[in-house]
Amino acid sequence: MTAVAATPAEAVAGIRDGSTVLIGGFGMAGMPVELIDALIEQGAGDLTVVSNNAGNGDTGLAALLAAGRVRKMICSFPRQSDSYVFDGLYRAGKIELELVPQGTLAERMRAAGAGIGAFYCPTSAGTPLAEGKETRVIDGREYVLEYPLRGDVALIRAHIGDRMGNLVYRKTARNFGPVMATAAALTVVQVSRVVEVGALDPENVVTPGIYVDRLVEVGPAHAAQQEAS
Amino acid sequence: MTLTAPSARTAEHLGRGPLSRDEMARTVARDIPRGSYVNLGIGQPTKVADYLDLGSGVVLHTENGMLGMGPQAHGDEIDPDLTNAGKIPVTELPGASYFHHADSFAMMRGGHLDVCVLGAFQVSGRGDLANWHTGEPGAIPAVGGAMDLAIGAKSVYVMMSLFTRDGAAKLVPACTYPLTGVACVDRVYTEQATFLIRPDGVVVLETFGTTVADLAARLEVPVRRLEDAAGA
Repeated sequence: MTAVAATPAEAVAGIRDGSTVLIGGFGMAGMPVELIDALIEQGAGDLTVVSNNAGNGDTGLAALLAAGRVRKMICSFPRQSDSYVFDGLYRAGKIELELVPQGTLAERMRAAGAGIGAFYCPTSAGTPLAEGKETRVIDGREYVLEYPLRGDVALIRAHIGDRMGNLVYRKTARNFGPVMATAAALTVVQVSRVVEVGALDPENVVTPGIYVDRLVEVGPAHAAQQEAS
Repeated sequence: MTLTAPSARTAEHLGRGPLSRDEMARTVARDIPRGSYVNLGIGQPTKVADYLDLGSGVVLHTENGMLGMGPQAHGDEIDPDLTNAGKIPVTELPGASYFHHADSFAMMRGGHLDVCVLGAFQVSGRGDLANWHTGEPGAIPAVGGAMDLAIGAKSVYVMMSLFTRDGAAKLVPACTYPLTGVACVDRVYTEQATFLIRPDGVVVLETFGTTVADLAARLEVPVRRLEDAAGA
């Protein structure tokens, strides 16, 4: 059952050193900044972080990297105009990088959440990112064997959650949230607003509460969210 | 693939210079059939949107989870929760839909997108694409959705300059940069010519300020006129 936490600190309590942490967001859209700040405060280190990017500016994931808590990044697109924190750590040899094509990253987490043992994917066939991987030709096309990617913890941001953990998202901030929510042993979600059971139309629920372990209300991420409901 | 070329012969547009970037974008847009679902890559391909009929003709996909993407957002329209794959704020059009990343890439790999337009460092004569990594020491590799797009869309169009600043051809017999995808490119739009990549070789659809004979002399990859390749 979903527990509603009073604070982000309570929501991230118990995350251990060495955990694999799935962190939602595409750039800053959907980035669970309050939960990451709480994780920095909580102190877990030697983390493997799975996220599409490797931090922007100085906040959110970039702050976790800057605090020296991340041993390895698994992501699709680390290099951006404002990824200077990651760039510095990488060039200094202080962080490991596993580069995964974006769709394969999402599908590996989907497989983990859906109980799939592995899958053949056409993406990256014949490229350097397929080197060392098992391949198979199916109907004349080459596929690469990809394994599930599980998290010990997922930290994601949704728009509104009810007390049973049912979630709705907002626009392209949805991105990796619904997939990551299924793929971790402990899924922790921050929302702009927690509502009573029955307040969400069941037809509109994107992530059913079965995937959500802890929920915390952090208020709107920015002014635009205050108007939407 | 059906050709939207005005004729079965290669068109040599002489008495003019090479295409400007805007003219290139317009040329790509002209060749995208009405009713297509289209993904425009980061950078130069984004410009193609300026020449597409987004209201009714073409639906734009962005891999971070949206169909029905509208133009770039300005001023009060800017919403940090609504961006394109380049993380630029955009708008939504009537009929838009949102979905998560696994669905977004499933619709790409599953062959549901009609066209994607990508930039490139190099394209080979058999349609291999290199556009994600220069392989230079010290460069931080980043692939994003490039490999998924390259093998996913029904038609893959590349938009690039035909030569580097140093004068090296970017349409080559074999790519020297790390590959993004194998035999995945269908068309190459450049400022000097548009090329079709076919199983039987490279065919010139049209030229701008140059001739097929001149291009053939400057490229290492063999190129043919449309009428010489017709029926192949």
